[in-house]
Amino acid sequence: MLRATLRGILAHKVRLLLSGVAVVLGVAFVAGSYVFTDTLDRAFTGLTSGAVGDVIVRPGSADESGGGGGPLGAAAVRTVPEDLVTTLAGVPGAARADGRVTTFGTFVVDRQGKLVGGGGPPGIGVSYSSGPAANGTPSATLVSGRFPAAAGEIVLDATSAQRSGWRIGDTVPLLTAGAQPRIEATLVGTAEFGGSSLVGASVVMFDARQAQQLFLDGGTGWSTVWVTAAAGTTQDQLLRSVLAVLPEGFRADTGDATSARAATRIDEALSFVTTFLLVFAGVALTVGAFLIVNTFSILVAQRSRELALLRAIGASRRQVARSVLVEAGIVGFVGSALGVGLGVLLAIGIRAVFGRVGLDLGSTPLVLEGRTIVVALAVGVLVTVVSAYLPARRAGRVPPVAAMRDDAVLAEGGLRWRVAVGALLLLAGVVGIVGGLLGWGSEPTYVLGVGTFGVLVGTALLSPVLGRPVLGVLGALYRRAFGAVGRMAAQNARRNPRRTGATASALMIGVSLVTLMSVLGASAKASLDKSLAEDIVADYVVSSVVGQGFSAAITDAVEKVPGVEEVVRVRGARLEVAGDREFATGVDPAGVVRVARPDVTAGSLETLRDGDVALSTSQAADLGLTVGDAVTTTFAGAKVEGRVVATYEPDAVLQSDVTLTLGTFDELGVPPTDRTAFVVAQPGTDRPALKRALDATVADLPLVGVADQAEFAAEQRKPIDQLLFIVYALLGLAVVIAVLGIVNTLALSVVERVREIGLLRAVGLSRRQLRTMLRLESVAIAVLGAVLGVVLGLVFAVALQRSLADDGIDVLSVPWSQLVGFVALAAVVGVLAAVWPGRRAARLDVLRAIATE
Amino acid sequence: MSVAESQPGPAGASAAPPARPPAARVENLSKVYGSGDTRVVALDDVTLDLHAGEFTAIMGRSGSGKSTLMHCAAGLDAATSGHVYLGDVDLTTLKERRLTELRRDRIGFVFQAFNLVPTLTAEENIVLPLAIAGRKPDQAWFDEVVDTVGLRTRLGHRPGELSGGQQQRVACARALVGRPDVVFADEPTGNLDSASGAEVLGFLRRSVDTHGQTVVMVTHDPGAASWTDRVVFLADGHVVGELREPTPEAVLDRMARLAESEA
Repeated sequence: MLRATLRGILAHKVRLLLSGVAVVLGVAFVAGSYVFTDTLDRAFTGLTSGAVGDVIVRPGSADESGGGGGPLGAAAVRTVPEDLVTTLAGVPGAARADGRVTTFGTFVVDRQGKLVGGGGPPGIGVSYSSGPAANGTPSATLVSGRFPAAAGEIVLDATSAQRSGWRIGDTVPLLTAGAQPRIEATLVGTAEFGGSSLVGASVVMFDARQAQQLFLDGGTGWSTVWVTAAAGTTQDQLLRSVLAVLPEGFRADTGDATSARAATRIDEALSFVTTFLLVFAGVALTVGAFLIVNTFSILVAQRSRELALLRAIGASRRQVARSVLVEAGIVGFVGSALGVGLGVLLAIGIRAVFGRVGLDLGSTPLVLEGRTIVVALAVGVLVTVVSAYLPARRAGRVPPVAAMRDDAVLAEGGLRWRVAVGALLLLAGVVGIVGGLLGWGSEPTYVLGVGTFGVLVGTALLSPVLGRPVLGVLGALYRRAFGAVGRMAAQNARRNPRRTGATASALMIGVSLVTLMSVLGASAKASLDKSLAEDIVADYVVSSVVGQGFSAAITDAVEKVPGVEEVVRVRGARLEVAGDREFATGVDPAGVVRVARPDVTAGSLETLRDGDVALSTSQAADLGLTVGDAVTTTFAGAKVEGRVVATYEPDAVLQSDVTLTLGTFDELGVPPTDRTAFVVAQPGTDRPALKRALDATVADLPLVGVADQAEFAAEQRKPIDQLLFIVYALLGLAVVIAVLGIVNTLALSVVERVREIGLLRAVGLSRRQLRTMLRLESVAIAVLGAVLGVVLGLVFAVALQRSLADDGIDVLSVPWSQLVGFVALAAVVGVLAAVWPGRRAARLDVLRAIATE
Repeated sequence: MSVAESQPGPAGASAAPPARPPAARVENLSKVYGSGDTRVVALDDVTLDLHAGEFTAIMGRSGSGKSTLMHCAAGLDAATSGHVYLGDVDLTTLKERRLTELRRDRIGFVFQAFNLVPTLTAEENIVLPLAIAGRKPDQAWFDEVVDTVGLRTRLGHRPGELSGGQQQRVACARALVGRPDVVFADEPTGNLDSASGAEVLGFLRRSVDTHGQTVVMVTHDPGAASWTDRVVFLADGHVVGELREPTPEAVLDRMARLAESEA
């Protein structure tokens, strides 16, 4: 039996090729997702490994929960005094102690005056220290030149140096978030920091004294102190001796613990990326499964005589069914193996897609873990075999007598069962979606996801019935436009409703998700525009182009521009409020109401004094706080007391769940960097002149931009477009597989209709007409899939928009022209899908076709 | 014109060979398949006139080249050498596209099996070649053909809903409705019981008698051959004889003698 199966595969290799390709692509997506995130993981881990000392001491309190500081956290303006460094160097087991300055928001300007990096990854500024990092590894390794030895000298990480085009000896412009927004320094060397890649981040190393001047108000303190263990002393032993001498207001951690904490945070963040990518891999595999089911159904139907012969000579039902399953298993295994290989290539593609939005992995080598191979192979084989199960059962049911009959055709059973199951699934899916949106269970997102899957599969099962009206309309159009050829094409699209339905459904899945995203994206943008128009009164907005804080000196300069009535600055920091770590906004409460229209639900923002907090309505509810309650806020060991004075709905200006005064930020020692500055023009000012003056103020600071309301809205829409770009790119593969499905179905139909095609050619159908016929059939399938997908996607989108109305997407905007474009694109795809089958059909030898026994 | 009243006898009612020019003609036609060791000569220098308004049968045993001859004459297969004329058009000089149009417009086909497009109704199948060409059928002629083959009540049915005999009658109607120069029939009764077969042969016979249609039929059934005006015998790619106004006995006798001479 096995030999017969193997022979079968070889005999049908062309027919199996396309379903094999579907497996390859689906598995490649799974493998590629893992390879990419493993590579990300290695890059980030490498980034942290060189960025800690054996024991790290910094301002803070011992009871501060998790996070805080650390190489990826916020830098404190509170410092460790120099005399404490001396004390730490003298504790038992310490070889030395080195004060260090670490800061964020320091960027390099390249030769063309543009920012190097940015768009997500941080621009890090550090001080030079001869001390080593944890476990004796160097904290920086020179690639060329020397380390900075005096003020005005810097070392850049090698990647940024190369990207900026600056060479040793050049004077490099730098932008900082410190008191001096723009400085210049001489490049004296390039170095590697930490592991192999900085994941798009840039590092500027200053002379220690200059770093203190730039970032720590010229004091003699440090951001952190790295205590290095003497030979034979472990990090834990050293930590104990450090803790013995550590005064109040400072905390110490071992380097290994800090690295581990950072690694955990990275893993959490990356597991989101992995899940995100695997969802799309799942979509691609589901589409691939449709293709596999279809292929094996068609192959079983076409081989029913051969299968009947096997039954007639004594093979049991089970053996026949098993032979089909084994065939599927082999196709699945070979396809999966190739898929793993392709996955590595795909990871490079995903890396490029993510690179376009700022997550630059540079030269980090791709990571292929054993787990990736095992999971990818298992998933590929499983999906193929499960998909082939129903066709295999049908194969087992071929009666032996069919071998004797001339017209051995497997009866296509009625659609009753299929409609019943499909309707049930559809209903269950709708219930799941509604439940998910209403927040049922502990994981509503999963309920929602499963519900969506149910609706998709239910609709796919119902597609032979749902497709009738669509095909009917197309058929009428075809007959009118293409006469007999159009009539036959329309009939062909309808002759195997299941086959057409399954093929169209594969495309439907991709199109429905694309539609969902495009409607949600348009709605998000429309909602954003509406909220910006409603919330912001200011005439101009100064903001960072990399979404990070910028020097307060820039805001100060903007304030002095003639024609400016008022500037209201907004700061941001991660603080602990009432024991909960939250991103907080710092504002001048009197000013904010003049540039924005905050939606205050209780209390009053004007009464916000230093130490007090305003909370979002939902945050107040979560914390169980109401206006008037006492609340404690801490940051890096500093603490302030106050009351809740107002609750509000977050909007375009007060984006976070917690709002404090700028005075509170200063009191807590939050670095004085602004996130946004809102500018109000003096009444009667010449606006274009004012805009030119504002632009000129920030001209040599490519880190910040001045935008009027329309420009600001456009800037804010950009991340939505970037997300859409990523999602479209990831869904693209599912669509490609669906298109392969159309090619596959058409090619197999051509094989099945050899005699009919021969007859048509004999009685005078030209090759061109034959190709037109197949093209029209292909377009019908593609358009059916697109129409079902657009309708389904619209339903999903409306449901999701309604449920997200409270989270900011309160405007439903349907990009109709885009949706029509999707259907038109599907028609074009249909034309392309028919090229190869059409060519094969046209090349059929008329005589052989009509002579087939 | 009912089927019963004008049923001609198997012996046919035609007179001597008509003096009209041939509807089709093959000249020094050779067809060779393969090369080297697998070289097979299917037709070897065959020259044959197919007279207009005549019902011709081509007979021979399997492998005699009779089907190849028909395929070449009908423009379905290319000759290795020689010429094939339909009227005064030399088919061997035509490009694929012109050849397709010629088959569509000037030749009718009836095959042994699988004659009809399963997705089209009987009526749509009958007018298929005309529809492909984008032409409307002549309604009076269409009605006459449909009534002749007795399919008036079956026009809306799909092939799957018709018996084998009815399907072949639809095929005959399709072959005749375009008033082709020649109708080529390849074992049209091969899959039918004798009664249905006789009906189909009757239509072909009558189209020759009443409308002057030229019909060429490949068959190995002496009974079917006896409906024709002329039987051409083929063996090993050569024309080895012919018979006018054949009877089943005469055809059988000739076949037997051919078999002997080969043995």
